[in-house]
Amino acid sequence: MSLLTLSYAVLFYAATALLVGGLAWHILLYRRAPAPLKIPTTPAPTTRRGVVWRMFREVVFFESLFKSSKWTWLFGWLFHFGLLLVLLRHLRYFTQPVWEWVNWLQPAGKYASLMMIAGLAGLWLRRIVVDRVRYISSPSDHLMLLLLLAIGVTGVLMTFVWPVDIVSMKAFFLGLMRLDWQPLPPDPLLAVHLALVAALMIVFPFSKLLHVPGVFFSPTRNQADNPRRKRHVAAWAVKLERSGG
Amino acid sequence: MAEAAFDTPAFREYRVIPKLREGAMAHSRPFVAKPDFQEKLGFPGELVDDWERKAVEKMGELNKKYRSLQVFLDSCVKCGACTDKCHYYLGTTDPNNMPVARQDLYRQVYRRYYTFAGKHFPWLVGAKDMTKDVLDQWYSYFHQCSQCRRCSVYCPYGIDTAEISMAAREVMDHVGKGQKYCNEIIGKVHAIGNNLGLPEPALRDTLEGLEEEVLEDTGVPVRFPLDEKGAEVLLVTPSADFFAEPHVDGLIGYGKVLHRAGISWTFSSHASEAANFGMFIGNYENMRKMALRIREAALELGVRRIVFGECGHAWRVAYSFLNTLAGPFDFLDPAWPVPQHICEVTHGLIRDGRLRLDPSQNDDKVVTFHDSCNIARASRMGGEPGGQFTIPREILRACCNHFHDMPAETVREGTYCCGGGGGLLTDDLIELRVKGALPRMEALKEVVDDYGVTHLVAICAICKSQFSKVLPYYGFTMDQVISLHQLVGNALMPGGESGGESNGESSAAETPQPQAA
Repeated sequence: MSLLTLSYAVLFYAATALLVGGLAWHILLYRRAPAPLKIPTTPAPTTRRGVVWRMFREVVFFESLFKSSKWTWLFGWLFHFGLLLVLLRHLRYFTQPVWEWVNWLQPAGKYASLMMIAGLAGLWLRRIVVDRVRYISSPSDHLMLLLLLAIGVTGVLMTFVWPVDIVSMKAFFLGLMRLDWQPLPPDPLLAVHLALVAALMIVFPFSKLLHVPGVFFSPTRNQADNPRRKRHVAAWAVKLERSGG
Repeated sequence: MAEAAFDTPAFREYRVIPKLREGAMAHSRPFVAKPDFQEKLGFPGELVDDWERKAVEKMGELNKKYRSLQVFLDSCVKCGACTDKCHYYLGTTDPNNMPVARQDLYRQVYRRYYTFAGKHFPWLVGAKDMTKDVLDQWYSYFHQCSQCRRCSVYCPYGIDTAEISMAAREVMDHVGKGQKYCNEIIGKVHAIGNNLGLPEPALRDTLEGLEEEVLEDTGVPVRFPLDEKGAEVLLVTPSADFFAEPHVDGLIGYGKVLHRAGISWTFSSHASEAANFGMFIGNYENMRKMALRIREAALELGVRRIVFGECGHAWRVAYSFLNTLAGPFDFLDPAWPVPQHICEVTHGLIRDGRLRLDPSQNDDKVVTFHDSCNIARASRMGGEPGGQFTIPREILRACCNHFHDMPAETVREGTYCCGGGGGLLTDDLIELRVKGALPRMEALKEVVDDYGVTHLVAICAICKSQFSKVLPYYGFTMDQVISLHQLVGNALMPGGESGGESNGESSAAETPQPQAA
């Protein structure tokens, strides 16, 4: 096994472990911390079903962001949905035979990468140009966009400009999954793309990308507005009551 | 108006988002609580030794107690959606009054001590040590947030800066740096029962005076009972309603409504305060202790319903938290939600044809309605989401012929705070209060110019006090703010007329409203 193959194999096992472990740990943290008071931002749905629908609109349409800033919404939505299509398209590199619907998505997925890059560029431009957004940005906020942009651009170059040996690349990843290691094709562009993706996976659970699980745990969005009908008490508050505090 | 040491912001001709000016409000900070007030609430009297470590520890503890805090601290992506949503930013242009920047004052410390990136690469993620400078900034800017939740409406993750402000104030209280205004008031509620420290005899005296006044004015013997056992309704109202202008006219309005409906009711001297400043300082224990007074009063007086008067943050604690803090209320009449808002009561009576209102009595006024922030975004009235917007407006239309809403983005869920909520209604913060009122004043100016609006109707004690104070800074007069129930009272029992008992109704068989919650 070449050094390249070995290091990427180790890198992706480690990155996957950190991504899954880190996310699981944070999700556990969010689940464990109680929400002692009813704090949905109202008007809020009064039923569980209503909450699911609210969360769906939030996650799929970015409803609150749409109310807030049309430019941020546009760029943010282009980026996230471009990324979603791109990710789904990439399933073809991890499945054999490739699922029918993934084949189906292939053309859309290819061009969605451009949508993703356009969105990211818009977001970065806003971060630099708008004085308020510039003020609240840390180096990490710029670097995160840069990382995603670099992933997008290297991907687009491989898709549209300098094709790489996709067949061997797929064999490498299927090999990782089946513990039957295969060589990674030595292509610099691919190497950069994959290294950046691994970096993103590692950073994900230790950065603001935690907004992905976070949004589902946000009490202002996931609570039903029913405090008069249903008494809501956290375990630590029950203890406080019992102790007469 | 007193000489001001600052400039009232000018109305913006177009609603452009102002450019930021760093440090514009860095000097603004409220008086610090004196040791004995701190200690009464169970907090250290003054800044403790080793406060940095204790503050950081408290932050960790709060993250485990409040999911909101943990999720909000982790989830912000600095998208900037909230940056132009805070009335204090718009009025002061200080960048630390952008909700995300305010949160970051807390988040930077959280990251330094509780995240991998912040521990090892603080420069990368803007993490900072807990220092005296940071504490001073906290004290300044977490007392420039009225916990109005406007930012939470626009945040894609629903991050509510109010939660962070409350946590920051809780941490500061625990290391001995509390705010005088809030903590003194909480002490008075624990000792006496209301924010003003008005003891039972004074309260009784005030209420008797009101009875005489109303009788003289309308010829109707409206009662304002105190501590009357066996009454159907316990009415809990912000203590400002007992004497402040224009609050007291609202309180007279509640009395008129209940009198006409034939509902027996009483105030309680034990729970003579609707407001619960425990929320402002983010302290569950103090908030609960005050909420329990209401439960105790309801049990003691043997009432069947609890109704709250016009107040904003109070209604949040009542509607959203009371059942949690002081429930279950299974000893009350299950036909009614616990608690009810006086607007729900009045609205139900109007709907059922039990109040005969003459809106022409208010024809001298052209009114607009200010949605109080915590009613709009942290609670509800009635059975349907958004009832907190429709119910007061329907009452208003029933008792007023001339009503015009302010621009859409400044009302309902997008309403601007009056500028005095969340424990900031104190003279040591007057500059902040005046500046923070800018967006609301601009919206008011628009309907004044377009429709000749003469009065701003409010349903919150803080809003009413705040507007009375700041309206003159913007070229209006202090008496342009009025209580919703003053208008109801006018339309129900006009002054200078007698024999008002003609449409009095029997107290029997009040039709239960559909369960509201």
